[in-house]
Amino acid sequence: MTARPVPPLARDAVQINSIVETIQVTEVGLTMLNRTADSVARATPEPLARKVRGISDKGLAWLFISPTILLLLAINIFPLFWAIYLSFTNYRANRPGEVVKNLGFANYQRILGDKDIWIAMQTTAHFVFWTILLQTVIGFTLAWLIDRKFRGHAFWTTIILVPMMLSPAVVGNFWRFLYEPQIGLFAYAISFVTGIPATHIEMLSNVSLAPWSIVIVDTWMWTPYVMLICLAGLRSIPEYIYEAAEVDRASNWRQFWSITLPMALPFIMLAVLFRGIENFKMFDMVNLLTGGGPGSTTEVASITLKRQAFESWRTGYSSAFAIILFVAVFGLANIYVKALNKVKQR
Amino acid sequence: MSLTTAHSVVAPSANSKRIAGAIIIAYALISIVPLLWIFATSFKTPPDSIAYPPKILFQPSLEGYCNLFTTRTRQTPEYINSLGPATTFCDETTRKRNMVIAGPSNFLPRFVNSLIIAFGSTFCAVFLGTLSAYGFSRFKVPLADDLLFFILSTRFMPPIAVAIPIYLMYRELGLSDTALGMILLYTAVNVSLAVWLLKGFIDEIPREYEEAAMIDGYTRLQAFWRTVLPQATTGIAATAIFCLIFAWNEYAFAALLTSGTAQTAPPFIPTIIGEGGQDWPAVAAGTTIFLVPILVFTILLRKQLLRGITFGAVRK
Repeated sequence: MTARPVPPLARDAVQINSIVETIQVTEVGLTMLNRTADSVARATPEPLARKVRGISDKGLAWLFISPTILLLLAINIFPLFWAIYLSFTNYRANRPGEVVKNLGFANYQRILGDKDIWIAMQTTAHFVFWTILLQTVIGFTLAWLIDRKFRGHAFWTTIILVPMMLSPAVVGNFWRFLYEPQIGLFAYAISFVTGIPATHIEMLSNVSLAPWSIVIVDTWMWTPYVMLICLAGLRSIPEYIYEAAEVDRASNWRQFWSITLPMALPFIMLAVLFRGIENFKMFDMVNLLTGGGPGSTTEVASITLKRQAFESWRTGYSSAFAIILFVAVFGLANIYVKALNKVKQR
Repeated sequence: MSLTTAHSVVAPSANSKRIAGAIIIAYALISIVPLLWIFATSFKTPPDSIAYPPKILFQPSLEGYCNLFTTRTRQTPEYINSLGPATTFCDETTRKRNMVIAGPSNFLPRFVNSLIIAFGSTFCAVFLGTLSAYGFSRFKVPLADDLLFFILSTRFMPPIAVAIPIYLMYRELGLSDTALGMILLYTAVNVSLAVWLLKGFIDEIPREYEEAAMIDGYTRLQAFWRTVLPQATTGIAATAIFCLIFAWNEYAFAALLTSGTAQTAPPFIPTIIGEGGQDWPAVAAGTTIFLVPILVFTILLRKQLLRGITFGAVRK
């Protein structure tokens, strides 16, 4: 990793909500430039010039932007509206011929009163809370240690980064093997350290251990991600602040609590936001590692959604659940971003 | 307790550096063990792979790779003896287990699907993303902020939530289980990341270059092509890597929308089974082959990683 400092915080961190720089060229300047360019272009009859001479900058802007917008409308927004429509019906995707009935808000009412849905939300909350807590604590500690720039830190940082680049599905699948009570490496290592017989360490089939099995794999995969963002935060703290603290004879302990941590906080919060959104949506790793089992002990929201939509084929019902999840992620993220912006402005 | 930070005027003491280094190295080594284990398991025989205690030292074998690329059927020893001499290494290994090779497995076509879909969607996403990013960066677009937020917000949706209507839509359009359908879908997912990352890169290219080029007689389009694009190559490459990693690793859409001809490797690898459960050496072999491209990218492009994973929020 390069150690170049990043520019002031004001420009960094959460762009999610609003920080989009406005285009600075004034319209006057643009049209003047246009005129010059046009007259010059007319003087040089190149084939390309001839083809595009008729296009104004405004036309070009839309020509450049519209394909992306159209694609997103077709693949993201249209399906979203379709899902909203379906969420008010009793449609079932495996019975295309059946008459579709409008149910009004019945699906939403049933979901909010469904005990299984609330259990799934609790499972998701447990998963999100513990993964984020562990990843933040371990990730920040690692970043703080790496920031000491011991010899070979760049190499070891790269090694630490590897798990997060891999496919969660493919790696999650392999973790099933590592978790096997008898033959698995994980169970063997734990029994080697603790002395508990390896056959008793049933990470995936024990009801109280299974929720932790997904927390462990997720923490293993994504701690490096949190670490990277924290590292960027630590490196953005200007040296002179520490110099001033040194002059004031602030202790190292004091420097850590009043400079390092507060100044890295926006970055830590950014990492929490990104991981929070991702883990709220978590599907692939959990689906392959436990498939929601044993029973429904690791059934996070996305797994419930898949079971309802693609196993029970309750398309209307699951669409309503999908909309509720989407609104929840969106709402929580927005509230969080507001809090983050406040922290940043301090 | 000594808590010297790296930034203090007093450089971290040699001792604190040594302790930090030891902890980091220990963490790195432990976190890499599962990967080493995948790699080791791919070279084990099936009996070795399920031995207790787990075998750290073993006789390496290519049986897992043979099993990955072939399908086999069990036969009587008499039948096997009646066959001519084994022609290939895989033939021989298979016969030792009282089986004969029945034909190639689906791994290779699934791997090729992964390549086509990942590279195809990456190309499309980066192409569209570059154009849009340039548009947003250089022109006065009405409602630019809202459009950019709209582009980003499409990433908030849980994949399964999007998958339900996409599944229905693709069924109507005949795009289910086609490479084209998957390329379109992954392009749509990736293009939001591409626009945001590339806008950051293009914003940093001084517009004086284009202005000079246009005064020299280039049209706007030529100026874009000849001055902006060459300077944005680093950014475009970094963006492409991120799109590629996403498309390569994606599982949820692939598992729900493809089942046969267009299936990619991630939903396929977990379905590799041998007799009496998962054939772990074959799974490990498939996993190893699947992970190698990404490992190479990670090591080659570690410097660009930081910027991409933070959505360009952390500028260098």
